[in-house]
Amino acid sequence: MKDQTTIRGAVHQNQKHDSAVKQVQGRADYTDDIAEPVGTLHAYLGVSSVAHGRIKGMDLSRVRAAPGVVDVLTAEDIPGVNDVSPTGKHDEPVFPTDKVEFHGQPIFAVIAETRDLARRAAELAEVEYEVLPHAIDAVSAHEAGMPLVTDPLKLERGDVDAAFEGVANRVSARMVVGGQDHMYLEGHIAFAIPGEDEDVIVHCSTQHPSEAQHMVAHVLGVPSNAVVVNVRRMGGGFGGKESQMNLFCAVAAIGAKKLNRPVKIRPDRDQDMTATGKRHDFVIDYDLGFDNDGRIEVVEGQFAARCGYSSDLSGPVTDRALFHADNAYFYPHVRLTSRPQKTNTVSNTAFRGFGGPQGVVAAERMIEEIAYALGKDPLEVRKANFYGDANDGRNLTPYHQEVEDNVIGRVVEELESSADYQARRKAILEENAKGGIIRRGIALTPVKFGISFTATWYNQAGCLLHVYNDGSIMLNHGGTEMGQGLNTKVAQVVADALQVDFDRIKITKTTTEKVPNTSATAASSGSDLNGMAALDAVEQIKARLVAFAVAEWDVSPEEVVFAPNEIRVGQETFAFDEFIKRAYMARVHLSAAGFYKTPKIHWDRAAGKGRPFYYYAYGAACSEVAIDTLTGEYRVERTDILHDVGRSLNPILDKGQVEGAFIQGMGWLTTEELWWDDAGRLRTHAPSTYKIPLASDRPRIFNTNLADWSENREMTIKRSKAVGEPPFMLGISVFEALSMAVASVADYRVCPRMDAPATPERVLMTIERLKAEV
Amino acid sequence: MAHQNEIRFLLNGKDTTVVDPKATTTLLDYLRIDQRLTGTKEGCAEGDCGACTVLVGRLRDGKLKYETVNACIRFLASLNGCHIVTIEHLSGPDGRLHPVQEAMIEHHGSQCGFCTPGFVMSLYALWMETPAPSAQEVETALQGNLCRCTGYEPIVQAALAINQYGSPSNDYLNRERSDVTARLAALQSTSRIETGPADDRAILPRDVSDLAEVLAEHPEATLVAGSTDVGLWVTKFMRPISPVVFINHLEELKDITLDDDALTIGAGVTYSESEAAIREAFPHLREYWDRIAGWQVRNMGTIGGNVANGSPIGDTPPVLISLGAEVTLQKAGGARTLPLEAFFIDYGKQDREAGDFVASICIPRAKPGQIDAAYKISKRRDEDISSVAVGISVVLEKGTIAEARIAFGGMAATPKRAASAEAALVGQSWSAEAFDAAAKALAQDFTPLSDWRASAEYRLLVAGNLLRRFHLEHDTAKDAPVRLAIA
Repeated sequence: MKDQTTIRGAVHQNQKHDSAVKQVQGRADYTDDIAEPVGTLHAYLGVSSVAHGRIKGMDLSRVRAAPGVVDVLTAEDIPGVNDVSPTGKHDEPVFPTDKVEFHGQPIFAVIAETRDLARRAAELAEVEYEVLPHAIDAVSAHEAGMPLVTDPLKLERGDVDAAFEGVANRVSARMVVGGQDHMYLEGHIAFAIPGEDEDVIVHCSTQHPSEAQHMVAHVLGVPSNAVVVNVRRMGGGFGGKESQMNLFCAVAAIGAKKLNRPVKIRPDRDQDMTATGKRHDFVIDYDLGFDNDGRIEVVEGQFAARCGYSSDLSGPVTDRALFHADNAYFYPHVRLTSRPQKTNTVSNTAFRGFGGPQGVVAAERMIEEIAYALGKDPLEVRKANFYGDANDGRNLTPYHQEVEDNVIGRVVEELESSADYQARRKAILEENAKGGIIRRGIALTPVKFGISFTATWYNQAGCLLHVYNDGSIMLNHGGTEMGQGLNTKVAQVVADALQVDFDRIKITKTTTEKVPNTSATAASSGSDLNGMAALDAVEQIKARLVAFAVAEWDVSPEEVVFAPNEIRVGQETFAFDEFIKRAYMARVHLSAAGFYKTPKIHWDRAAGKGRPFYYYAYGAACSEVAIDTLTGEYRVERTDILHDVGRSLNPILDKGQVEGAFIQGMGWLTTEELWWDDAGRLRTHAPSTYKIPLASDRPRIFNTNLADWSENREMTIKRSKAVGEPPFMLGISVFEALSMAVASVADYRVCPRMDAPATPERVLMTIERLKAEV
Repeated sequence: MAHQNEIRFLLNGKDTTVVDPKATTTLLDYLRIDQRLTGTKEGCAEGDCGACTVLVGRLRDGKLKYETVNACIRFLASLNGCHIVTIEHLSGPDGRLHPVQEAMIEHHGSQCGFCTPGFVMSLYALWMETPAPSAQEVETALQGNLCRCTGYEPIVQAALAINQYGSPSNDYLNRERSDVTARLAALQSTSRIETGPADDRAILPRDVSDLAEVLAEHPEATLVAGSTDVGLWVTKFMRPISPVVFINHLEELKDITLDDDALTIGAGVTYSESEAAIREAFPHLREYWDRIAGWQVRNMGTIGGNVANGSPIGDTPPVLISLGAEVTLQKAGGARTLPLEAFFIDYGKQDREAGDFVASICIPRAKPGQIDAAYKISKRRDEDISSVAVGISVVLEKGTIAEARIAFGGMAATPKRAASAEAALVGQSWSAEAFDAAAKALAQDFTPLSDWRASAEYRLLVAGNLLRRFHLEHDTAKDAPVRLAIA
């Protein structure tokens, strides 16, 4: 230890995930693995069997009489407010009382001695409905006159109407972009243990413990200080556990308090997929004007989203679709509007990218329109439309924020070269010209993604740091661990700041007892926010330690140095443990609460103006595909990625995020298809019917690199950048490459306008349409 | 005669007896709830995600073989005499990491970690059999494991590197092989096993003649071999299936006979067990076989079960029908053999009399001049149920199509031959025009459904195009690839 010149697990190092060893041994505990106290009961949801209907009668006598049933919970059992709407809209009852608004909506919960018995009993309800007409997609719901779930947003800059007059080229069309199920491997789960007085502890799998805490308090009618929510780790979240856990936490807590016994609720995969929200699918109508060089002059776009029966997070999700409808491109004149459409489907929610990917995919479709109209390489069109800088005046977004940190030109240029894009595209064009059954396509697509919650107040974080008198360190922050390695990164920050080895620091569960009023671990913000809060806590403790040393040994503050695992005070050197022990004996406060709030940001939604984002993350991917024009089957031959994470806190974890996000983005646009029947029933509700990518779907050649020269120009934690969401949109390169391969059957004269997801069926049907068109 | 009323097996290192287990208790619930072995996870409870992957070792002809299975749809009562190995058993008694675990850590193969134990178990099974696998072998072994975080790249890299962390010869299961073999031999049952309450009864017949007797007594029984379909009746639909007759332990149903005339496969032979013989006798099925479900399901599911359940979207019936396979049904007092296509009467209805069970399937080997192909279309290439599957067998005589047998899955209520398309080919010379005519004739043969897997329009179009592909693929004039390479 003494001879160590650097600490283990410093920032910018490839430190392995702090739970990796436990995970590979099956010893990492998830909520369902927590040992159940004696007397634990199990809840299961009973759900609606119509997409829209008035509840005329609910006979639960057979449910109550079923073997093992202890109780049945309905709206009448809710002591507080029957609502779990995350945005305070009061439009999301735990259990509806008068009508159901989607097929599979929870209407009651049965509590039984075992989960199996609860599940079986839940099937026995007899519910009588007056069936009402339903509309399940954004277009038919709009036509049926259904309302919006929340206020739409408009972003406008320039003079759109005038710009369309006399523009050289104008194209308008519609694009339909499918939704996506999160398909986290661990489904929803909540486990409530009653305490004395009004208290209840809820163990669950949520990205947003504070919200779950507030919701449980709200439905129980108790103050938040009666409720503790704990999250050790999640088996994946991806946004699906930002607000959707509220209902499960509420049901478990209501049952636990009513019966004074622990209650666990875990839906099966099918109920998880039917009763909880997904990525919004969009219908995008765009109108586009551009000059003969392929430069965009004017864009008008309307983004209608299937929001489901309630608002949930649909407001900010549809807002973010507009924030990213420019992707990396400058629109001189632009008007973008959202239409958060109510539908008779499950309420859609957050999902990695949070509406952003749907905006970006529309921008890329518009690039394609220009390329096919003018007979150009789409990459050339992309480059012609990239944001510029303050000098050329092409740096203003549709929401009037200046792009100050633009590196997309360099990222794309480097990738174009390292992926050998030009030569490969040429070879593909030649190969396709031979007219074979197998056609190829290649596409290089960029992404620029704004970082910060657009709800400005969410951009705050807290941390609680204890140094025990044996020198061991306990770190708690408000973020949650869902596999992304947040705990690892934050611990690296602390290790680095104190100059102690990583293993000295223990991070346990996230709990509302230790850090209050936290924000969701979402919007890619986890390490930006919590890393800074942790650093603040460390700095407080360090300042006290320095002051102690200055007083004790009569040295200047500059003579107190935190060296690797030791502290130098003037000429003396102390092992960290020893120094801490001395500080303790001298009654130094060795615990601190850190705090951080993101500077510079502001947003006026009504005006559509402000600086919603602290900074942007950039990246680009180049994908090559081959398609079978007889069947529509395809495979990804090669993908090259160059992604900007600033100065990475942990390059290997960031690379894992980039690769995983790419594959998930690819899945969204290829094989992952949500399919409802006419009755409004989701029929793709488990992995047997809903197909996420497998190992064999990854690109045959897959090169992922981080832009190692990049550094955040803003004062983020160690100049790093957020990584969770931005690379999701790199998957668009696969979709665009498929589009090129399809376009080859019509000699690239027609923009394929393929909707997403590009299943083999959609690829073949688009081929057939193009063949018929030329 | 007294029946045994308990199940005995080896759980990790421990001899274990469960008295009177219910038929429908899954191995996963037993592990997690009864034994609190929580390393094995539930991701889907339908055998599609692999989070619950464990190894089951079983004696076959006295030899011990370990295979991955999905614990979520495997019934505990079917595991008499087996060795169940879970993730908790991989690290040595001293807590030392297993080479598979080390490789996964060093390659950053876990993120959220929930799928990880399942991946580790699949990779463990692969490494025991194939210590230095190719990337394609890794992908095939991982077809039944879903990961939503990593994008798989680090997991595949870990799989390719396991060998650097240790050799299977030093592995605990291999070192203990003779001991475990002896212990399992002692656990085998020589009598019929009957366990569980009347409404959840499990019966494990002593042998095939006992099976016939059991079915004569309980013609309403649910016959379960691999439980890859019936498992879901329980976990998804909570359907009562008592009494359940388990047959996967019956060695007599495991026979595989390959001679010059035919390949005969016992009804209890799994996809994995038949793989070598299928590859030898019918090389054109090699790729197709690897696309049946995922590895765990191929280790459990049987061809007999795939036939007997009569699904219109089973993978094997179309190719078996096109090859002219026959099925032998047996019951107490006799057996009968019929062409497989005659077995499928209508949706959910097969030519099975009370007490009948599928005993074997006989597939004649190719005649001179016979050209065979099998194609499967699905939304995702691997581990997906087909939207359209087809077996095509054509006999060419001097450039003329003398015989044609074309059978489709996913196009009708049963696996079904395309009579009009066949008629359009027979007597024609080998040509694009002939296959184009056959493709067009499919509209007379089929009126497919639209569902979440595919639309009717796509099904009909792609079915025709598969006939065109068959022609192109076997046409001497082709000079460019006509379908995507697998590797």
